[in-house]
Amino acid sequence: MEFLTNNGAQLLLKTWEHFYISLIAVSLGVIVAIPLGVALTRIPKVAAFVIGTVGVVQTFPSLAILAFFIPLLGVGKVPAIAALFFYSMLPILRNTYTGVKDVNQSLLEAGRGMGMSSWQRVWNVEIPLAVPIIMAGIRVSTVYLIGWATLASFIGAGGLGDYIFNGLNLYRPDLIIAGAVPVTLLALITDLLLGRLEVRATPKGLRDSQEAI
Amino acid sequence: MLKFDHVTKVYDGGKKAVDNMMLEVEKGEFVVFIGPSGCGKTTTMKMINRLIEPSDGSIYIEGENILEKNLVQLRREIGYVIQQIGLFPHMTIQENISLVPKLLKWTEERRRSRAEELLRLVDMDPEYLDRYPHELSGGQQQRIGVLRALAADPPLILMDEPFGALDPITRDSLQEEFKKLQQSLGKTIVFVTHDMDEALKLADRIVIMRDGKLVQVGTPDDILRNPADDFVEEFIGKERLVQARPNIQTVEQIMSLEPATIGEDKTLSEAIQLMKNRRVDSLLVVDEQQILKGFIDIEIIDRNRKKEVQVGDVMETNVYTVEKETLLRDTIHKILKRGMKYVPVVEANHRLIGIVTRANLADVVYDTIWGDEENLSMNHQ
Repeated sequence: MEFLTNNGAQLLLKTWEHFYISLIAVSLGVIVAIPLGVALTRIPKVAAFVIGTVGVVQTFPSLAILAFFIPLLGVGKVPAIAALFFYSMLPILRNTYTGVKDVNQSLLEAGRGMGMSSWQRVWNVEIPLAVPIIMAGIRVSTVYLIGWATLASFIGAGGLGDYIFNGLNLYRPDLIIAGAVPVTLLALITDLLLGRLEVRATPKGLRDSQEAI
Repeated sequence: MLKFDHVTKVYDGGKKAVDNMMLEVEKGEFVVFIGPSGCGKTTTMKMINRLIEPSDGSIYIEGENILEKNLVQLRREIGYVIQQIGLFPHMTIQENISLVPKLLKWTEERRRSRAEELLRLVDMDPEYLDRYPHELSGGQQQRIGVLRALAADPPLILMDEPFGALDPITRDSLQEEFKKLQQSLGKTIVFVTHDMDEALKLADRIVIMRDGKLVQVGTPDDILRNPADDFVEEFIGKERLVQARPNIQTVEQIMSLEPATIGEDKTLSEAIQLMKNRRVDSLLVVDEQQILKGFIDIEIIDRNRKKEVQVGDVMETNVYTVEKETLLRDTIHKILKRGMKYVPVVEANHRLIGIVTRANLADVVYDTIWGDEENLSMNHQ
C-alpha cells in the first residue's frame, strides 16, 4: 500500500508504457500477418514453408531474440517492439491462413460463378467468414505479448518489466509483485476486451449459427 | 442463344473431359445434361461461365464468343445455381439475393424491391429478407439460391444438380415450382443432373453424354421412344421404357376383347359349364346392354352350389374397373401392387368392352424386352 502511494504515478506510467509496447507490436503483427496469411492461401506450396519458418522463429528464446536486435537496432523501445512483433506474427498468421483456407469451397465457387472478382471474394466472403478465427489468433497473440513485454525492460524499453528486474536485482519482493500483478491484470483485462470484440466482429449470421450448433 | 462449336476440354494429364462438342440451345429452352459421373456434363456447363476454360473450340452466347468477353462481366450476365446451395452464411437473405445486382451497382432501393419481388415469386414472405440462411430449411435455402441466380434477370441460367441435396419430397415440389417459374419467365436453362426422372420431368431437350461425347440429344419423348443405343437404354432403365412404350399407351391397346361373360339370370350350373368351356375361373356378369354388374368366380359358386340361385343373386358387385383411356402404366401398377388377376375395361357408362389380364401384361413385357430383337433379326433375314 505504502508502495502504491509513493509510486502510484510511476506505476501507471510503466503500465501504460508496457501496454503500448505490446499494442504497437500486435498492431504491426495484424497489419503484416493478415495480408500475408490471405496471400499464402493463394500459394499453398510456399505457405507451408513460410508458416514453418515463422514457427521456428517462435521457438527461439525470447531473451535471445531481444539480444539479437541490439546490434541491429540498439537498445530502447524500437528493438523491443521489433522483437515482440516477430512473436505476434505466428498465431495471427496461422489463424488467418487456416481461417481463410477453410472457407467452404462451394461458397467460393458460388462467388466466382456469380462474377465476384478475386478482391471481392477476399473482402466480402473469405475475410468475413474467417473473422472469428483471425480474431482468436489476435487475442492469443496479444495476451502472450503482454507477458513477454516484461522482458523488453531487459533491453531498456521500460514497461512493467523494470519493476520485476529491479526487484530481482535488489531482492525486493514488493517490487516484483508491483510488476507482476499489473502485468497479469493487464493481460486478463485485454483478453476479456478482445473476447468481446471477437463476438462483435463476427458477422451476425455467423454468430447465431454457431450458437445454434 | 447458346452455341458450342467444336468445344474440347482436355485436363492436365491428358484426360479428355469433353470431346469436340457441337450443340445449339434455343432461347427459352430447358436443356438437361445427363450422364454417368465423369461423362463431362459438369465440365461442359462450367465452360459456359468459364469456371473451366475450354482447351479448344468456341462457345457463343447470342452470337458473341464468350472467350473474348470480360470474365467477371460474363459471369454477372449468367445465373448460376450450385448443388451445395452456396448461400453466404454471413449475409442476410436480401444480401444473398442482391449479390449480383450489388456487383452491378444497382441502388439499395432497387435491390430491395427486386428481392421482395423475387420472394413473392416463390410464395415466401418479405420478412425473410432480413433473416440469415441458417434460419431457413434446406428447401427454402435452395429457393433463395435459385432467386439469387434470377436476381439480375439474366437470360441464361446454369444449374449444377441444384436439387440433388434435397430430400425427395422437397425436391419434387421444387422441381415443379421451378419448371413453372422457368416457363413463365422464359429463361434459357442449362441444367446438369444424374437423375433421369428429374431430366424427364424438367427438360425440353435432354442431352445424354458419355466419355465427353454426346450420345443422344432429343426431347424426353424422343429419347424414351427411340433410345439411340444400348447405353442410353440402360441409362434410362427398362422400367421407364416399358411405361413409355410408344404404341402401347392406353389400356384399350392391349386389352383382350372378348372377356368371358354371363347374364345375371343364368344358373350356377350354366356358369360352371361356361367356365369349363372358356377355361377360366371367373366370369364377368353383364346385363343385355353389356353393362358390367359384377363378377362371379369358382369360390362363390362353390359356396352356393347347394342353393338354387341365379348368378345375379350371388355375384360380387364390388369390382374394380378401368376405363379404356387409362394409361397402361397406372393399370400395370394396380394389377401388380394389388395382386389382382385381371381388370375389366369399361366405357364411361360402365359398358364392358374388354379385359386386361396378367397374360396381357406378360405380352407387353415380352415385346419390350425381346420385341426389338425380333424385329432386328427379321430385318436381317
